[in-house]
Amino acid sequence: MGLKEIVLTKSIYVFHVSSGSCNNCDIEIIAALTPRFDLERFGVVLVGSIKHADAMLCTGSSNRLAIPRVKALYEQMPKPGFVIAYGSCGASRGLFKDSYNTCAPLDEIIPVDAYIPGCPPKPEATIAALAKLIARVRAKKAVK
Amino acid sequence: MKFPAYMFAFLVFPGFVFSAVAGLMAGWVDRKVTARLQWRVGPPWYQNFFDILKLLLYKETLIPRGVPKAVFLGMPALGLAAATLVSTIVLITSGMPKIGFIGDVIVVVYLMLIPPITLMLGGFASANSLASLGASREMKLMLSYELPFILALAVPIMKCGYVIRLGDIIAYQRLHGDIFASLSGGISFFVMLLCIQAKLGFVPFDMPEAETELMGGPYIEYSGKALAIFKLTKAVMTVAIPAFMIALYLGGIKLTLDGIVKAVIKYILILTAMIIIKNTNPRVRIDQAVKFFWGIVMVLAAVSLVLAFMGR
Ligand code: SF4
Repeated sequence: MGLKEIVLTKSIYVFHVSSGSCNNCDIEIIAALTPRFDLERFGVVLVGSIKHADAMLCTGSSNRLAIPRVKALYEQMPKPGFVIAYGSCGASRGLFKDSYNTCAPLDEIIPVDAYIPGCPPKPEATIAALAKLIARVRAKKAVK
Repeated sequence: MKFPAYMFAFLVFPGFVFSAVAGLMAGWVDRKVTARLQWRVGPPWYQNFFDILKLLLYKETLIPRGVPKAVFLGMPALGLAAATLVSTIVLITSGMPKIGFIGDVIVVVYLMLIPPITLMLGGFASANSLASLGASREMKLMLSYELPFILALAVPIMKCGYVIRLGDIIAYQRLHGDIFASLSGGISFFVMLLCIQAKLGFVPFDMPEAETELMGGPYIEYSGKALAIFKLTKAVMTVAIPAFMIALYLGGIKLTLDGIVKAVIKYILILTAMIIIKNTNPRVRIDQAVKFFWGIVMVLAAVSLVLAFMGR
């Protein structure tokens, strides 16, 4: 674990991508930033521009309309960056698995570093996933 | 002073290194106080240093297709240079009033305008509609706060017998007491506090950046090192502008132990006042901001000017 891993894990700016979610995951992300859980104490900040981001938090079932945009956003993210699949939809398309409009889960479209299951995941699950991602980065398994 | 001494003053103390470190600490105070006001815990004290290190050392700097590279990447550097010059001049003269030159107040006022202008040009150069929108708001905001700012600045100049040397203003206050203590000084201090709230882009007047509607405004296309330099510019200005106010209204920095402690306390009080204004007000629209600065704030500034003319 060198300086690079410490710095990268101590300051994670998160950009929130919704690729056709039902809005519940998105509310739950905001809940993780509220006073009760306060992700900012770990240096997590929600940013508005993908160019400032270190992590993409992808909610939703990645439907056909959203896939080109998700790919473009992933390419615009300054590297090194992480992708986190949020919610059952992000991890595996969830209850939209058999829909005509969702052809592939997110991790077959862009490389995913962490999954947060749940429909929607609790803020505690978000924090646990963050801790796991940080441990992976520090063990040099996730930095590209 | 000789050339190496100038370079040391500009690059290390009290110039770039000192003001950047102090500014990042001030940024932490801002985040921590904000967090406490919202009943949160807030980030640890080293958070801003890690943010800057991450951007400077490890993140890619992306340049969008079709932007003029020299303007896009040159503007942050120019802004940082101007901000550092402001903090060097202000901090040195408020410590050692004899060093300044005639007219340095005016030079400082002009230099303070350069960082917003570079931000504007960088925003216009980045080929993004949201950035252009943010940059045009920045321009309107600058036009609105600059007039009351200069009127407020005229009050200490007038009260010290029409001097335009920062050192003379400080020397006058050491003899006759702080300008803040007089009626016109108090009013114009308040006016200037509102203006620097806008100058530093703190919340009621942060519509150029507007996280929720413009996604960062002029900053939107900046990443990596260029973004880090913009953040450092902001940090340096967070030190320089309140220090300028301390020099104008509160007697500068006496270079004794308790003088320095007092100056730091004054700085933290000004900063906390700005943070509390920031956290208790929602963002205003740009037309409301122009109306506010050209209306009530201008009237206040004019009143303080008249009072100063009458010797109050
Ligand atoms: S995982 Fe559940 S809550 Fe989240 S977007 Fe999908 S359906 Fe909605």
